[in-house]
Amino acid sequence: MAFDEMALSGGKVRAPYHKVESWLSQLGSTHVERAIRESEARFRRQGITFAVYGDEKASERLIPFDIIPRIFAAQEWRRLSAGIEQRVRAINMFLHDLYHRQEILRAGRIPIDVIVQNEAFVPEMVGVNPALGIYAHIMGIDIVRVGENDFYVLEDNCRTPSGVSYMLEDRETMMHLFPELFSSHRVAPVENYPAMLHQTLMAVAPASASNDPVIVVLTPGIHNSAFFEHAFLADEMGVELCEGADLFVSDGWLYMRTTQAPRRVDVVYRRIDDAFLDPLSFRPDSSLGVPGILDVYRAGRVTLVNAPGTGVADDKSIYTFMPDIIEFYTGEKPLLNNVPTWRCSSGSDLSYVCEHLAELVVKEVHGSGGYGMLVGPTSSKTQIEDFRAKLLARPANYIAQPTLALSTVPTFVQSGVAPRHVDLRPFVLSSDRVRITPGGLTRVALKEGSLVVNSSQGGGTKDTWVLED
Amino acid sequence: MLGRTAASLYWMSRYVERAENMARLLEVGYRISLMPGAVEGHRDEWQSTLASSACLQSYQAKYGELDGPNVVHFLLFDDDNPSSVTSCLRAARNNGRAVRTALTRDVWESLNSTWNELAQVDPASITADRLPSFLEWIKQKSMAFRGALLGTMLRNDPYYFSQLGNFIERADNTARILDVKYFILLPRPTDVGSDLDAQQWSQILRSVSAHRAYRWFYKDSHYKPWLVSEFLILKEEMPRSLLFASHWVNLALHGLEELYGRRYACHDQAETILTQLRSSKMEDIFQSGLHEFLGKFMADNFVLSQSIAETYHFP
Repeated sequence: MAFDEMALSGGKVRAPYHKVESWLSQLGSTHVERAIRESEARFRRQGITFAVYGDEKASERLIPFDIIPRIFAAQEWRRLSAGIEQRVRAINMFLHDLYHRQEILRAGRIPIDVIVQNEAFVPEMVGVNPALGIYAHIMGIDIVRVGENDFYVLEDNCRTPSGVSYMLEDRETMMHLFPELFSSHRVAPVENYPAMLHQTLMAVAPASASNDPVIVVLTPGIHNSAFFEHAFLADEMGVELCEGADLFVSDGWLYMRTTQAPRRVDVVYRRIDDAFLDPLSFRPDSSLGVPGILDVYRAGRVTLVNAPGTGVADDKSIYTFMPDIIEFYTGEKPLLNNVPTWRCSSGSDLSYVCEHLAELVVKEVHGSGGYGMLVGPTSSKTQIEDFRAKLLARPANYIAQPTLALSTVPTFVQSGVAPRHVDLRPFVLSSDRVRITPGGLTRVALKEGSLVVNSSQGGGTKDTWVLED
Repeated sequence: MLGRTAASLYWMSRYVERAENMARLLEVGYRISLMPGAVEGHRDEWQSTLASSACLQSYQAKYGELDGPNVVHFLLFDDDNPSSVTSCLRAARNNGRAVRTALTRDVWESLNSTWNELAQVDPASITADRLPSFLEWIKQKSMAFRGALLGTMLRNDPYYFSQLGNFIERADNTARILDVKYFILLPRPTDVGSDLDAQQWSQILRSVSAHRAYRWFYKDSHYKPWLVSEFLILKEEMPRSLLFASHWVNLALHGLEELYGRRYACHDQAETILTQLRSSKMEDIFQSGLHEFLGKFMADNFVLSQSIAETYHFP
């Protein structure tokens, strides 16, 4: 039985959910249907859609929104956020070390191969000193809960994590649909995220920038699955939303093409991957990036957010070392646990994984978005055997974890209200200080029994509340 | 503002205007197809609808034979036709989406809801009897878009660039409709000034929603080619006339000049077009040839649009 965040076995309602539980029991089905219709129309009208790759017909879909909030008590959140802050500080120190003295490798805490053979390690970054020594300014740490006090970090997203616009729109939608809930609860606001993001970007502007640095958001364009979010954040911060072709390098500086004279750019919040960032340094066929931008960055004349090469810290092969990394840099025990993980690159781990495929979750080391993974307990024999063949062909490409009984939160489904598994992605901003939004994005697996919360695999979202004392 | 943003705003408005004009042209074609008798004229009318929307060649390349339902489908829904209503509204929305940050929520939602509703329409369901209400819907959506734009956008560069797109497209459309229809109606120069079938003339006016306005303006229920031409070319009171559209192009360019503190060659070009229209007289235009006059206007309008794109760094 998975841990339900609203009602414990025996029906006792957990404290943070008291008022919502009684609200829910009084909510008539017509009211619910109307609210669901209204929320969908709202998302559709505003164009809050995402693209599903490889599905031309339904190229713009809504992510289902569930109207029952997911709630944390203030005390629970304080513990979680302390763990998150410790983790992101360690990750930034780790990245700085990897691209400088590599103390952690010298100390033998991580095998050198794991780093040098890692595709996400960017040699061009060696010796570069980013503003304030920060590499991963924006992170989304995926956390799951399995019990009252048991939280695990599933993944550290250090590249270009998305979803924050859903967090913000989910809250807007909830406040619009059920204002009465917000007068009966003290819910910590999330709406200042764009302002905090703006402060973060300002704080890491290069020394060459004026007091009013020019900031842009760099998007791959309207066909990207997260385009709505790119536009949303640029709009909320009041900065330009650029595509690669809008930027150019001249005489060692970065400029944007405007309707008037070219304008110098100081900070680029880029939402395109390292490989596409600069065709002169990385993939030469990339038309999304800006030729020469990496040289400008290395010369300290522009700040890229996140820095190139941060992916090496969220790679699934590095993940297993995260407890060591935290201890090495902070001298503290990790406050948040890692999920026990088998590295299929190791022979003994591989044979264990092969024997227990039906119980495990197996993921690609470099994969994301819930693609190419096996969830043993919910897969058929054929699916497991097909996957085994792939695994044995390239074992180093996979890691395996036990199937965690992710916590559930009541959710509206066809048959009424039923428990569905959830995870949590809090968004963390690092510059002169670490800023964490209270709550984050809760993703919910809408299919009964499913543990896959990714939107590309039929997941939805919930408004996430942190109650104030 | 980014040059690309300016370009997207410009094209967003151009495409909405183009979709609306397409709906008007089809309305006229549909009315004629309902008229009894003239089977031959009916065929001509579809041909003139295609020519007025600059789609005749691409239609013939695809279908060859002129056929009412095919023409309607080609002009409304065909993805291969970049000027079909579907293509125009898709392009308008994609341009709007790319510059979402430069639009007010009202403008964006009007574009987006139009596209979402259009995506629900099954082309096969738009049979002849449902065509008028569908064309009406397109026009209403275009007008709602413009209403949102005029009512909510700040009067700064995003507004000016979308106005430029709107009125450069409108000028081009009116000139082309007049040119094509007039050409068909008046095959011989000697016919100029003669009383032609009022029914036919009313179609030109209808295609720019001006048949009632004409009567009010000239206090005359009889359509005279001379006056119809004058109305659509030289009358500043008429919101789809060449003079009106040119005037608004100049207003938008003037706005940019004030805002940016810079004047460029495109400002002079636009002013020249306007001055020439203001100093023109119908008799001179007919004397030297209406077709030649309109051809020159369309060419100048095109050069102006290129010049604007270059000046403001459209990609």
